[in-house]
Amino acid sequence: MGNILKTYHYELGKIERGYSGRSLYINVSDMSIQEKVVTDFMKEKFIGGKGFDLWHLWHAVTPETRWDSPENEIVFSVGPLGGITQYAGTGKTLVCSISPLTDIPIDSNAGGYFGPLLKFSGWDALELQGKAEKDLIVFIDGNEGIIQFEDGEEYPEDSHLLAEELTTKYAVDEDDKVNVSVVSSGSAAKHTLMGMLNFSFYDPRRKTVRFKQAARGGIGTILREKRIKALVVKYKGIKGNLNNVADLGTINKVGVKYHKQMHDLDYKQNEMRKIGTANTVMIMNQYDLLPTRNFQTGGDPETVKIAPEVFINHYLTQGLHDGCWYGCTMSCAKAADHFLLKTGPYAGQCVTVDGPEYECVAGLGSNLGIFDPQAILEENFYCDTYGIDLISFATCTAFIMECYQRGQITRKDMGGLDLHFGNSQAVLELLHQMSRGDEFGKLAGLGIRKLKKIFVERFGADPQLLQDIGMEVKGLEYSEYAHKESLAQQGGFALANKGPQHDEAWLIFMDMVNKQIPTFEDKAYALYYYPMFRTWFGLVGLCKLPWNDIVPADNYKTDTPAKVPEHVQNYVELFNAVTGQNIDKEELIIQSERVYQFQRIFNIRMGKGERKDDYPPYRSLGPVSKEEYLSRQELYDKQLREIQGLDPDTMSLEEKIAKTRAYREDQYEQLVDAVYKRRGWTEEGVPKPERLKEIGMDLPMLLEVIEPRL
Amino acid sequence: MITVNTEESPWHAGMTVRALLDEKVFTFRHIIVRVNGEYVPEEQYDSYPIKDGDDVMVLHLMAGG
Repeated sequence: MGNILKTYHYELGKIERGYSGRSLYINVSDMSIQEKVVTDFMKEKFIGGKGFDLWHLWHAVTPETRWDSPENEIVFSVGPLGGITQYAGTGKTLVCSISPLTDIPIDSNAGGYFGPLLKFSGWDALELQGKAEKDLIVFIDGNEGIIQFEDGEEYPEDSHLLAEELTTKYAVDEDDKVNVSVVSSGSAAKHTLMGMLNFSFYDPRRKTVRFKQAARGGIGTILREKRIKALVVKYKGIKGNLNNVADLGTINKVGVKYHKQMHDLDYKQNEMRKIGTANTVMIMNQYDLLPTRNFQTGGDPETVKIAPEVFINHYLTQGLHDGCWYGCTMSCAKAADHFLLKTGPYAGQCVTVDGPEYECVAGLGSNLGIFDPQAILEENFYCDTYGIDLISFATCTAFIMECYQRGQITRKDMGGLDLHFGNSQAVLELLHQMSRGDEFGKLAGLGIRKLKKIFVERFGADPQLLQDIGMEVKGLEYSEYAHKESLAQQGGFALANKGPQHDEAWLIFMDMVNKQIPTFEDKAYALYYYPMFRTWFGLVGLCKLPWNDIVPADNYKTDTPAKVPEHVQNYVELFNAVTGQNIDKEELIIQSERVYQFQRIFNIRMGKGERKDDYPPYRSLGPVSKEEYLSRQELYDKQLREIQGLDPDTMSLEEKIAKTRAYREDQYEQLVDAVYKRRGWTEEGVPKPERLKEIGMDLPMLLEVIEPRL
Repeated sequence: MITVNTEESPWHAGMTVRALLDEKVFTFRHIIVRVNGEYVPEEQYDSYPIKDGDDVMVLHLMAGG
């Protein structure tokens, strides 16, 4: 299937100390390619991964570029540590583009084999630019040195079919399938702005293709706009030192120590090997953090129906291949096998569902008022194969449901769909509408920011209410944590460079439960250190989960257990052992800050990276409605009494809500002031030249953007 | 009264670490407990007494997905 349209041959390179030294540029408009040198400057300032992605993207676009402009790029890079097989979580690929939801750079990451295989094929990064005239498959053969463009028109759209077909086509035989990885989206990516990327890896024991997702920000939509149906990379010959590292002995030593911790402690700690990230569902529910019915409350008695044990006992297959890259002993990529679909075009078929992850259970479950594991898994499957970011889909659908609940829109406005909380059949039908491109499916697929405007203009909805309950910042939908009682996390979400995703900072327990960061300065430090530290994973090609989802047995003895100092030291040693450099834990943070500040200025360059863009909806900060206030009246009344010195017994409910709001909004302003100061930004959120100079990032291209705003 | 994570909290005679964790609904498994700065191993939660006026720290070691 699929005529070969163009073929290029390239020289196989050699990787030195984690870098191939080259990046591959592909323009799909004319199917041309170009080899670019990875310079020492790039390695010093941007390290790799997201750093390389943003560097290439900056040079590809202008302030006028939008997501569907031909010059917009999708850039992939795995980073210098990516692909080592001696430590856990070393196969992450970082992807960046100008997002259709936010109009600024989005970064998203995924496991799966694509990134490491791309590097071992000779490329530290891959830039995709242009728009093809018809659907293409782009194939890279890393053993033969071939880049090939194939007609993709006849291939299926949906990922579970497409990746299976391409894996079979490009593998010589069954044993060869593990050497093939596919990046694809799905049928809904063309009809929505929340399309995501599936990254495949072949599971030889299940004999099926598995997926991890680079989900956030609509990059799948851009892939399909460029008419790329799939990217395929093939590389045979994975072994222990393809990165040609500086000091393999240290990597082995650090790896063995880590794997022993995983073996000895995981079953006592988070049970990542048994259930993956969904282990936290009941914990979030018990601590009032599980978003329920559009973040109105933080839990529900019915959550027990979607508890981890339900999935472990009834759906997930244990003891199979659940690592998404070689050497990952955390093995948290769980799957439900032989799952019988009941709706949609694949009804009646048995499939393997990758998941559920925590975000899936919280987003597609409790936040939609759905407490049915079967429905959640079916939603999970269709989000994946249709190429939909389930976080944006879930948070956006929760918003629509609350608009309906509060009479802001009618069933007729939703094309007849009865999207009330808990109606899983209507949610599944909405997914199928997105796949087919039906009218309301396309409308819902625009995301919350655009829907707010449409609901006001078209249906006469209350703009203030929609602003308060629409859980988005910068145009990106929130990920799935209720966080009204954690001021630090309110900043962690709303100040995040790409929009409210928790991968920059998750400070809720440290702030709300442990009370470790009581002052604005304490919170500002946390909102400096953790976003910088966590950014580093995306520069080098590592997964965050092995850092703190398992910790050493004696971690409690350290002064800063939340930082997991032993694992931080592991990362310092791994970086030095791969690259031959000699950084310490302080330099690790500076490496990250260079890229973090670069991304902030990139946002400003695109018109959205200052204080005005860092405000959350009030639902993030406190109770919008009477029902929300009453659900935790004891807490809120106590806060009025003890913090504000008011007497709630003499106040009306409306007055109490208003006073709570005024106080919390003021607290948020003070937090922003403190964080900006700590990050070296002006009061309007613009990085100052002196801070850039201190970290060696006072590049003329950056100063040119910020100077008019100082 | 005792202090739990910097905030005042009621105390009663016979209170143990386990009883305090139950009363606070601190159900997360991955925690560190210190009483007046002294680390309390998990196997002592049922018997370790908490006295009136104690300063208790219950650190939840979780930093999200």
